[in-house]
Amino acid sequence: MVGIPSRHRSIFLLGGVVLLQILLLAVQIKRDSQGRLIRVWTVGAVSPFERAGAHGVSHVRDTWNHYFALQHTSRENEDLRRENGALKLEITQLQSKAGEADRLAALLKFRQTNVDVPMISARVIGGSADSASQTIYLDRGERDGIRKNMGVITPDGVVGKVIESYKDTAQVLLLTDKESGVGAMLVESRLQGPVGGTGEPLMVMKYIPNDDNVNSGERVVTSGMDRIFPRDLPVGTIAEIKAGSPFKQLRVKPAASLERLEEVFILLTMKPLELKQESAPSSAAPTAAPSAAATNPPSPEKP
Amino acid sequence: MNDTYDIRGSELHIEVHKFRAGAIILATAFALVLQAFLPIYFPKASILDLPLLIVIYFGLSRRNPSTGLLLGMAIGILQDSLSGPTVPLGLYGIAKTIIGYLASSIGARLDTEHPAARFALTIAFFAVHQGIIALTRRLLLSQPEPWFTVHLGIAALVNAVVAVFLFMLLDRLRKPS
Repeated sequence: MVGIPSRHRSIFLLGGVVLLQILLLAVQIKRDSQGRLIRVWTVGAVSPFERAGAHGVSHVRDTWNHYFALQHTSRENEDLRRENGALKLEITQLQSKAGEADRLAALLKFRQTNVDVPMISARVIGGSADSASQTIYLDRGERDGIRKNMGVITPDGVVGKVIESYKDTAQVLLLTDKESGVGAMLVESRLQGPVGGTGEPLMVMKYIPNDDNVNSGERVVTSGMDRIFPRDLPVGTIAEIKAGSPFKQLRVKPAASLERLEEVFILLTMKPLELKQESAPSSAAPTAAPSAAATNPPSPEKP
Repeated sequence: MNDTYDIRGSELHIEVHKFRAGAIILATAFALVLQAFLPIYFPKASILDLPLLIVIYFGLSRRNPSTGLLLGMAIGILQDSLSGPTVPLGLYGIAKTIIGYLASSIGARLDTEHPAARFALTIAFFAVHQGIIALTRRLLLSQPEPWFTVHLGIAALVNAVVAVFLFMLLDRLRKPS
């Protein structure tokens, strides 16, 4: 730098440095090189700091998210809880509607299968006022041709019989009531015996001798002997078997869901019927054998 | 490096600042590291050019063109090294060398301590820096590079705002006169 004025020294230095870098650029273009050595050194020198920085940022962010941002999280939790509650309510409503649709579909199918059988659908509008009796009220009455002792069924099986018919409503005695009874028989052995209620969820089947073989889970259907229900309508399944004297003590689980009735059919005729049953049951409860003639028609009763 | 001295012109008294030992190296390394990894976590941070702000600050403070341009060259080449394969060594090096020289030269003639002056100078240096890069790319590398875009304008403003606060922070690294 001898001979160069000091105020111009920096300009020369600038020119030299810039020129040097232009040459560096030219070398990289010519050799298609990227100055790998310098990059390796630089990256090697900087990367530990970057790693430490990344670790620090991550730590700070975690700390923030897990400790300082909890106020936001709490609010978010409240919103989610509220939304969850609303969704649960919506799901319950949808499930209820879906269940109703399923029941109505089953009823419609049953009605279409037995299109020649006079029956009328009815909606359950109430239950018994006391816990001792097992009765329900339907939204059909005398105006709809409902008479006393008419049978009430669902696609799953027998429900009970009409014990009172009013102008627009009818009272039905369920099979599980103590006063209720239906002529029934075991499907496999064809042994006959009345099935009556006990006031509890399970009914009892009477007069089956100890000597006769009865299997648990065996299906029980109507025998038609009571002159109310046609033959071979599902009544229930054998749930418990105990030896008695001189008859077995058989407990029968109702085929129809008597505790969850919403829609039923009322059989409008006392004449012999031929009901066709679905090959596949609409619920877990067993159903009667396909189509059977009602050999014992219920005796008509004047209203 | 531990002395403080004055450039005394006929009318102007401008103080040349000295910094604590290792302050320039640490600040440079910190800026390069932040520039490299900050956009990974905060993508919008890529709008910042922290190495450029460091070159400008130390150029304006040191007021020695030779030191300023050498610091600019070193930071520029390091930035090139940490950049992708489309950035050859020397691209930012040339630009920051010139910025370092200009900042030091202007710092020796003007009072650049006021935030407004720093804000305006940063915008100007950012524009010059971009101009040099565009020129280098176009002339030496035959690569397309816009002279100016709205994004660059916003980047200039953002960098200027950041520079005002960053320079205040860096002022604390100075040795008391």
